[in-house]
Amino acid sequence: MTSSFLFNITTIADLISMLLFFAFLASRSKALGFTGITVAYAGFLAETVAIALRWKESYDMGVGHAPLSNLYESVVFFSWTIVLIFLLLDLKYRYRVIGAFVMPFALLGMAWAQLGMNTGIEPLVPALQSNWLLYHVVTCFLGYAAFAVACGISIMYLIKANLTESSPASRDGRIADIFPPIRVLDDLNYRAIMVGFPLLTLGIITGAAWANYAWGTYWSWDPKETWSLIVWFVYAAFLHARITKGWVGKRAAWLSVVGFAATIFCYLGVNLFLSGLHSYGGGK
Amino acid sequence: MKTRFNAVVTSVWNGFCSLKLAMFILISLAVLSIIGTVIPQGIPPEEYLALIGPTKARLYQVLGFFDMYHSWWFILLLYLLTVNLICCSIKRLPRIWKIVFQPETIMTQSLESSFSSIKTISSKTDVHLLKEKTEAFLQTEFAKPFVREVDGSFHLFSQQAPWCRFSVYVVHLSIIIIFIGAIIGTQFGFKGYVTITEGQSVDRIGVRSGTDIIPGFSVRCEKFSLAQYPNGAPKEFKSILTVLEKGVPVPEYTNVRVIVNKPMTYKGITFYQSSYGNAGQYFFTTTDLEGKNLTDLTMSSNSSATLPDGSSIHVLETTPDISLYSPGLSGAAAQLEIHTPGGNTEQVVVYANHPELNIQHAKNHGKGPVLHYKGEKQAVYTGLQVAKDPGVWVVWAGCALMVAGIYIAFFLSHRRIWVRIQKGRVTIGGNAHKNPASFNLFFDQLSEKYTSHIS
Ligand code: HEM
Repeated sequence: MTSSFLFNITTIADLISMLLFFAFLASRSKALGFTGITVAYAGFLAETVAIALRWKESYDMGVGHAPLSNLYESVVFFSWTIVLIFLLLDLKYRYRVIGAFVMPFALLGMAWAQLGMNTGIEPLVPALQSNWLLYHVVTCFLGYAAFAVACGISIMYLIKANLTESSPASRDGRIADIFPPIRVLDDLNYRAIMVGFPLLTLGIITGAAWANYAWGTYWSWDPKETWSLIVWFVYAAFLHARITKGWVGKRAAWLSVVGFAATIFCYLGVNLFLSGLHSYGGGK
Repeated sequence: MKTRFNAVVTSVWNGFCSLKLAMFILISLAVLSIIGTVIPQGIPPEEYLALIGPTKARLYQVLGFFDMYHSWWFILLLYLLTVNLICCSIKRLPRIWKIVFQPETIMTQSLESSFSSIKTISSKTDVHLLKEKTEAFLQTEFAKPFVREVDGSFHLFSQQAPWCRFSVYVVHLSIIIIFIGAIIGTQFGFKGYVTITEGQSVDRIGVRSGTDIIPGFSVRCEKFSLAQYPNGAPKEFKSILTVLEKGVPVPEYTNVRVIVNKPMTYKGITFYQSSYGNAGQYFFTTTDLEGKNLTDLTMSSNSSATLPDGSSIHVLETTPDISLYSPGLSGAAAQLEIHTPGGNTEQVVVYANHPELNIQHAKNHGKGPVLHYKGEKQAVYTGLQVAKDPGVWVVWAGCALMVAGIYIAFFLSHRRIWVRIQKGRVTIGGNAHKNPASFNLFFDQLSEKYTSHIS
């Protein structure tokens, strides 16, 4: 079995899981929710094995390195971390519907990686030959994934808040009935960011430590660095928003969505539109 | 007059203490930082001038957009953040201090009504015995309690991790420590760059702005090499460096291998492999069209020479054997680019073995002088980033504090339990400053256990 076969299986599993969650949303049949999460677990398992296999395959090729060295590998890993955070959330709180708003992110990543990118294993360029790569990338992406989950939850919050405000008793209003209560959504959003913020902080610090070790400057206002700081400021604002009157509820949910948009720009936009030191750019 | 002054002071102070200001500063920093990621920073503005036109360029210059992270308004915002942080902490600290060090140990009515978790148990047991039992229970199951007796009833209070209330202050303090580390770095450190040709040494370091640094020792590049993967991608850039004190190699710093991601540090100054390039020299002679007035001309790969007629030339490429490109010819050759005073750019190949072709070319283009290629001395230079930053450990200390503080702030909470033992009735209540849901769960289990313990 090869890693690329398993990555395809993962993509299909993510797709099926997402569709099952959509069906769950429409039908409210508990069985569909259960099947959805089971398929998500299966996809996660396949992807875990696939990543490990790809790691081993790189050693077989004589260019051994952790599979985190280019855009393809990072997108695949990002997908994996999103599902990981979602499954942990599910283990703890058991709000399955959230899958309908989180699995699309994971699927999007996998589909883009599998269909649109060169999947070859490449040797590491000198700049990436360091253990710091592993620490830096893993912490950053776990943080990003927590923000993705928070964004999904915030979207649910905004939908539910709007529906219940505009038409509390109508049919539309009841679609959101199987969403967790609005206070719970608000709380889960906060909790996801509480996981993401320390991880992003660690990601920025490990990045700075690496830059200092490799180039002698821990901070050089390179666009990627700056954008990670922008993201960090947005979530710091979110955390303080909860303590400030008038910035809770919808505004906090919007802040979480904006934070994730900034995260995605930091991850992809910077490489596509701006120039800098980080070498994940170029895509192919 | 005085009261108005006081009123102004108070409102300024309250403004600096406010979280609204904090939100405003954080969001402003986020939004304004975008500018510097769109407009290239630190490049000579002339290069950018062509792209955006003179009016905009002047405006950007005045606003500091070409070096925005060091502009007065960005720095001001960072200072504002710091002041905001300090004021806010000063204002809130006394209350937290009191909560931690002077806890309310007696369950009063108002306290009781503020609990989210509370349970009342009726019991016929003697209050003294109940007190003993409760004390032992809290000691083993939660934390050692304080006991007070008021009007014949007993009040027990115990708490876990009160100190974690301070974690937020640790996080905020860590930001200030990081700023201090950064300031130490810019005041007492430097960032520079050297190029060292193989076999040569340097004893001064060029810094971007300001005068060269003379570190008091010199560094020799013994060798530079470049390794490639089979597909041609770069695999390793390697310099072999030796540190010399007064011209004598330092034994532990002889032939040190420096590659990307493996720098060398000597006396607090660190050398990082960063680039490399051709430092070769090219030798030419010039003559007039008759082959007379011979003069030598030496050029290095990154410089140009000016000919008597005012045109400037530089070397594009050389080959030891031109027959690979032009069958029938032989020997070494160099391809040159010529910028004439009239503003034209031409390329020409000059040969070592074919002076007649060199003369022919010069004749075709008018006058002279005629260039003849004499050969080259190959050499590479290694480009090293050089840095000294005595503040970096302060920054790391700040980062470590920040991570620890954030972790404690988010995942630990100050939990408090009060028990009031009256005749025939025991009330147990509590709260936590974070994560009430998980506290309620904990409380339910604890009070369950407690009920069976005392009955
Ligand atoms: C980049 C800057 C900042 C960072 C990273 C930061 C970080 C944090 C963190 C992690 C918390 C804990 C939040 C929670 O428990 O949910 C917190 C709380 C807080 N921060 Fe900040 N902060 C920053 C700037 C500021 C500023 C400028 C102020 C000034 C007013 C401020 C005032 C507060 C207050 C009042 C709290 C709540 C304290 C409490 O719960 O007793 N912070 N901050």
